[in-house]
Amino acid sequence: MKRNLFNTVWDMHKVTTLETGQDQLLIGLHLIHEVTSPQAFQMLEERGLKVHRPDRTFATVDHIVPTANQERPFKDRLAEQMMQAIERNTKKHGIEFFGLHTDHQGIVHIIGPELGLTQPGMTIACGDSHTSTHGAFGAIGLGIGTSQIRDVLATQTMALSRPKVRKINVTGRLQPGVYAKDIILKIIADLGVNGGIGYAYEYNGEAIHALSMEERMTICNMSIEGGARVGYVNPDQTTFDYVEGRRYAPKGEAFDEAVEFWRSLASGPDAEYDDVYELDANTLRPMVTWGITPGQAISLDDRIPSIRDLDEEQRETAKKALKHMGFSEREPIKGKKIDVAFLGSCTNGRISDLREAARILKGHKVAKGVRAFVVPGSQQVAAQAEREGLPDIFRDAGFDWRGAGCSMCLGMNPDQLHDREMSASSSNRNFIGRQGSPSGRTLLMSPAMVMAAAITGEVSDVSEIVPSPEPVR
Amino acid sequence: MQEIKQAISHVEGTAIVVPGNDIDTDQIIPARFMKVVTFDGLGEYAFYDLRFTADGQQKPHPFNEERFSGASVLVVNRNFGCGSSREHAPQALMRAGIKAMVGESFAEIFAGNCTAMGVPAITLPHGSVQKVMQEIEDDPLIHITIDLPSSVITVGDASYTFDMPAAYRSALIAGNWDSTSVLLSHLDMIDNRASKIPYISGFAV
Repeated sequence: MKRNLFNTVWDMHKVTTLETGQDQLLIGLHLIHEVTSPQAFQMLEERGLKVHRPDRTFATVDHIVPTANQERPFKDRLAEQMMQAIERNTKKHGIEFFGLHTDHQGIVHIIGPELGLTQPGMTIACGDSHTSTHGAFGAIGLGIGTSQIRDVLATQTMALSRPKVRKINVTGRLQPGVYAKDIILKIIADLGVNGGIGYAYEYNGEAIHALSMEERMTICNMSIEGGARVGYVNPDQTTFDYVEGRRYAPKGEAFDEAVEFWRSLASGPDAEYDDVYELDANTLRPMVTWGITPGQAISLDDRIPSIRDLDEEQRETAKKALKHMGFSEREPIKGKKIDVAFLGSCTNGRISDLREAARILKGHKVAKGVRAFVVPGSQQVAAQAEREGLPDIFRDAGFDWRGAGCSMCLGMNPDQLHDREMSASSSNRNFIGRQGSPSGRTLLMSPAMVMAAAITGEVSDVSEIVPSPEPVR
Repeated sequence: MQEIKQAISHVEGTAIVVPGNDIDTDQIIPARFMKVVTFDGLGEYAFYDLRFTADGQQKPHPFNEERFSGASVLVVNRNFGCGSSREHAPQALMRAGIKAMVGESFAEIFAGNCTAMGVPAITLPHGSVQKVMQEIEDDPLIHITIDLPSSVITVGDASYTFDMPAAYRSALIAGNWDSTSVLLSHLDMIDNRASKIPYISGFAV
């Protein structure tokens, strides 16, 4: 089949072409959370509109949830107000709500897959730019703003222009100590933070299909950091095995029927693309960001670039980055001191991330003066980690073990950087002020590298701490 | 607020320049100001951490400069609005008085949000943006008009042909940038399409 998955799934969901030339696209699954939905419900009410498909809409709370003390009412009056708004709105409109009282609350992009809501071939929208995560299943995951949430609530559709499709072909295999996070940081560094504007990214190649579903989610999650609103992986047996048996997954004969349908969607070997980009996984090394955009990432062994070696158009942001980070040109990134280690987020807060981190951390202690904490991505991730005894490993090493949520990825809850603290973070954005302190600094890296930094108190090579790490796959 | 069906084919006024590439939505509106259930009042927090120190003292920033007060056109560089999908960012700018944006490029979700709010985000090549920025620096009261039907922006005596996605342009001109009612008018087609999608109607359990 010459068609790629993206175009097949798009056409299947296309209701009509609008006068503007945009397509009206049916949204198969709408996920909502407390930060970007209240204004949309308000607009709906002002217009006297109903939610068209409450049965295709699911809600949770993640962004503002405190991870230390979750007693209601929250100490933060504004956060409490937002909680009450989503409780009220979901009740009024008959929307299933995975709140704190349920055992499935968590980051919206973690609970969707976990519940089996996320399936291949779907169009999935959510008022959050990391909705691309769901593309790992061979779905089209679209991050949307509040006006579009209003549209999807009211009509289960949205107006959208069809993007082009770029295949990113990752050949070879990852070496020990190198992870999915390193693949996506490398792609963003190579193609730029705006290189994906107007494109959907299809991640393909043997290195991608050797990854677990959770690793694929890490890659698709950060598509938007490279400017691509959508990122996806064609579904394969790994995908079907992951979905099978989950709460909202088709069961019995329906599952077999579904697998047949899902297989039929995947891009064939002769599928056509608007662009192709090749990357070799064999030579990839751990990646670390040195600046204030996720594209300002280098291999652990490299030095921070000098301004004159950069393209003209990158220089101004690079100068701003060096100033904010307090770094100099041509300095090694390895050895940079850290104050905080954060493991969590929709990028790397899943059970396999926690397992790998615990494997590295076991028997070690967090370096003196480093504040370290783990925020599981969902209550299910936390429960599974507890069954495996992971919290004790983290606590024994000096980590704080917290409740589920977005936490310090964006510092909307009490978990924030203070002043100019430097954080080694498994999250997705190193923007100025992102982690809650306007002068705070963020180094993005894989969970394993966050552990290495926590143990030594500086950016370190995980392979030198745990001699031959065998990634859990 | 009822649905606004208002044709937007013309924006004019003075402009404000916020130079720099890759200005992300966390800079436009820091996340801690998003703990609200309405967009009202977000205007005062636009670029907050770039405008104020931790103890509330003003820092040098275009949005603090008297010479740019009352500006309705925001002029920026490349990849403006990257990062989060938060509509709070363009909402904060709109509530700070911005009615149109001119830049080298805009992040995709951000540009979509602007359109859905009735705020045109138009693009010019790097060199033209630099020229426009200089003109405004030289004379902050210089009059700017953006005409969508002709795709022309006039800055004082100079005029430039701008670019913007055709769908956004026509939605603004036709006054259906607030797309809910257009989408809703196709309800039968929506339900018909849904009935043909296997996971909605077929094998779904």
